[in-house]
Amino acid sequence: MSSELEVGRHALVPKHEVLSKKEVEELLKQYKIHTHQLPLIKSSDPAAKAIGAKPGDVLKITRKSQTAGEAVFYRYVIEG
Amino acid sequence: MMRIPKLIDSIDFCLMSPEDTRKLSVTKIIAADTYDEDGYPIERGLMDTRLGVVDPGLRCRTCGARAGECPGHFGHIELTRPVIHVGYVETIYGCLRATCRNKKCGKILLSEQKLEEFRKQIEDAIKERRKWWEISTQIVRSAAAVEKCPHCGEKQLTIKFEKPTTFIEGKNRLTPSDVRERLENIKEEDLPLLGIDPKVAKPEWMVLTALPVPPVTVRPSITLESGVRSEDDLTHKLVDIIRINQRLAENIEAGAPHLIVEDLWELLQYHVTTYFDNGVSGIPPARHRSGRVLRTLAQRLRGKEGRFRGNLSGKRVDFSARTVVSPDPNISINEIGVPEYVARTLTIPVRVTEHNIEELRNVVRRGTDIYPGSNNVISSEGKRYDLRYADREELANKLEPGFIVERHLKDGDIVLFNRQPSLHRMSIMAHEVRVLPGRTFRLSLSVCPPYNADFDGDEMNVHVPQSEEAQAEASILMRVQEQILSPRFGGPIIGGIQDHITGAYLLTRKGTLLTREQAQQLLASVGKFFDLPKPAKRERGVEYWTGKQIFSMLLPKKLNITFKAKICKNCARCKEEECEIDAYVVIRDGQLQSGVVDARSYKALDRCEILDRIVKDYGTTVAREFLDDVTKLSIAAAVMFGFTTSIDDEDIPPEAKERISEVIEDAKDRVSKLIEVYNAGELEPLPGRSLRETLEMRIMEVLAESRDTAGSIAEKYLGLDNHAVIMARTGARGSMLNLTQMAACVGQQSVRGERLSRGYRKRTLPHYKHEDLGAEARGFISSSYKDGLNPLEFFFHAMGGREGLVDTAVRTAQSGYMQRRLINALQDLRVEYDGTVRDDRGAIIQFKYGEDGVDPARSDNGKAVNVEKIIERVIGG
Repeated sequence: MSSELEVGRHALVPKHEVLSKKEVEELLKQYKIHTHQLPLIKSSDPAAKAIGAKPGDVLKITRKSQTAGEAVFYRYVIEG
Repeated sequence: MMRIPKLIDSIDFCLMSPEDTRKLSVTKIIAADTYDEDGYPIERGLMDTRLGVVDPGLRCRTCGARAGECPGHFGHIELTRPVIHVGYVETIYGCLRATCRNKKCGKILLSEQKLEEFRKQIEDAIKERRKWWEISTQIVRSAAAVEKCPHCGEKQLTIKFEKPTTFIEGKNRLTPSDVRERLENIKEEDLPLLGIDPKVAKPEWMVLTALPVPPVTVRPSITLESGVRSEDDLTHKLVDIIRINQRLAENIEAGAPHLIVEDLWELLQYHVTTYFDNGVSGIPPARHRSGRVLRTLAQRLRGKEGRFRGNLSGKRVDFSARTVVSPDPNISINEIGVPEYVARTLTIPVRVTEHNIEELRNVVRRGTDIYPGSNNVISSEGKRYDLRYADREELANKLEPGFIVERHLKDGDIVLFNRQPSLHRMSIMAHEVRVLPGRTFRLSLSVCPPYNADFDGDEMNVHVPQSEEAQAEASILMRVQEQILSPRFGGPIIGGIQDHITGAYLLTRKGTLLTREQAQQLLASVGKFFDLPKPAKRERGVEYWTGKQIFSMLLPKKLNITFKAKICKNCARCKEEECEIDAYVVIRDGQLQSGVVDARSYKALDRCEILDRIVKDYGTTVAREFLDDVTKLSIAAAVMFGFTTSIDDEDIPPEAKERISEVIEDAKDRVSKLIEVYNAGELEPLPGRSLRETLEMRIMEVLAESRDTAGSIAEKYLGLDNHAVIMARTGARGSMLNLTQMAACVGQQSVRGERLSRGYRKRTLPHYKHEDLGAEARGFISSSYKDGLNPLEFFFHAMGGREGLVDTAVRTAQSGYMQRRLINALQDLRVEYDGTVRDDRGAIIQFKYGEDGVDPARSDNGKAVNVEKIIERVIGG
């Protein structure tokens, strides 16, 4: 048995990516929002930890959707 | 850019000190009386005019304002002896147990080291904005167990708490004075450890020495018609408090025996306790002279009719009416029948203009009692005239542009119609008024499903939007025709029901031929004039039209659909147009070419192919007209052909009965064989099941199969010429299962998905042997409803039936609570114009509504576009 589960590779874990500064800016501009209006994710979240997200980052989460096939979500990383 | 205008950082709830009470007070209250013989408030009494005024004419001696303007002012009572506040007994109990009884010590009964630890925890909690006061429960729990004070070495006695306000230490009762002294002795730096913020509260304030007297505006007295004054319950309670307080003072002054003083003190405590909360356990509730339980402070706030749920979360409204509902098959789904009496009471304000002045003059002249009249007139200056008393003729002549006439409700007005429980948005819809004779609201049968209404005594509410904006908004967004498609599943929730379906089936089935008279008769019932098409058949000089032709006249032109009707048997190979039961529906260019119209076509909450297509392709107005017409036509057809059902619809011939009982006997034999095999230990268990479970499953299988076979035998004798079968097969009402249960065999009764097994030890009823696993002994009913159940079967049926009842009761309670929680959580979410779902702060909840941004009510089977249908339309057209 391997000692560690690779969260990022599990079939049930959707794809998480850290957005670049520029992408974040575009995202905030697109929706006309501040970072505090984004949904949150703790930096201690296993999926966030696996890609090394730090508080202040914005994650892009691409997951399967029953209605749309694929849906994109963004989350703001907070401490915790 | 979204900004938060103001944020509440925190709220402090404090205790009121006796000094605060006195500072707040405008006067000390000493007289236990309210009014003197002349009916004038007694000075320093409970109705002192310095506390504010409620009677008209008097002026408040504190602020000088009249009744209605004066908000009221607090007074206070000096309590002769301190009294415990019931609301804080739990906290007091905690403080007493956790601290040293030594007067000079008074510290928390934990070592300095431990206290330091807890202090640290609390500091952290405050920093992290956690609920720091909740840590005190741990501290109290560990401190209460300590027997010797770690600071001064004093031996601690256990303190017992007797509901509602008594504390007993060892064998001695602690008086409120003792308690207060103890609380005073607690060190200020220890308070956070006990869950008290020393900035806003001192523990000794939980024992009252001065009692605030609320202003008279809080406890107004009522003058009855006979002129007798009746005081508020709070006033009564305050009178009791002052009276006992005075007696206590007098007795102490006179040096009365200790025992008497104690008794009076306890009585004072009782009165103050019940003044705060008359529902505490451990003491009898205070009663009025008549024996009625008094409604004191806590009772005013608590419960369904309390301040919070009754007045703050729920309010009563004007311009509304409520009465019983009854059906009217002739009005449109958009309409609602309003009794004239209601129409005369509910009004709509109309501004007088040059264009409507003559009409409004007549409306004013007719006044309040003659129907299309009015109840009030408001002049341009804002003066209000009540037409019950005013000179109507004079007022009518005085009318000029700028006046407002509150006229009676009339045909075509928009009102909101509602039935509780308002579980979804279709529970409140906008209807057009039809003023009708009678005393009930009338509604079209097609709108029963969205309201979940029936006519067994249901009552519904009407609300009249007053402003033009509100009326316009209601009619554009909330009108019934706009709600035909439910956002819940994207299909029609308003459609044909019951007889609408049977009627349409009878009309459109194969072989329905109508003479000219009959055809005209049917079309006349729709209330529109049509030219009949070319007759389908001519025989011996008589012209005949098919039912399909008549039905087609209501369909929009150019409508093309193909689908399978509800009666379709799902044959392995569909014969399409050649279907012998005519279940293949083809509509070309608005002509029903083959197939019957049944539940699949336009039943509410069903697949509703025709209606669904009409709403989506032709708009809500066409759909409403179609629905109104089709329901009328169907009812007329059902009336013309005659339709009834009775118990002999479930008659089956003796040979069928014989075959059914053979099947059932055979099944019972197979069950006994299974049991024999099981008892012999030769049964092969299914994977993952125990032997016993396997046996149960096999038995259930055999019995279910036998009921199905019995059912299908019965079905063979129940053809589509049988009215009960027509209803079941077209989906109008009932199912084939219902019919087979009536005609052939009721089948297995179950509780929790298993055969009946409970009741007596190892058996269901004493009529069977222990461990009898046979079909009958475990609740298999081989009789049919029509033949009747034998007593044992009847009992089993009641067992199964009871579970159904309990389930529905539990389910409604549970789902109701879930719905409440969901609505509370989701109430301020909305879909913004950019397709995101956001809450009231503008924070994003979903980046695209439903992840695909599709409104189910405007989608086609959940998809934004249905390519197949478009292709069919292009090719078919």
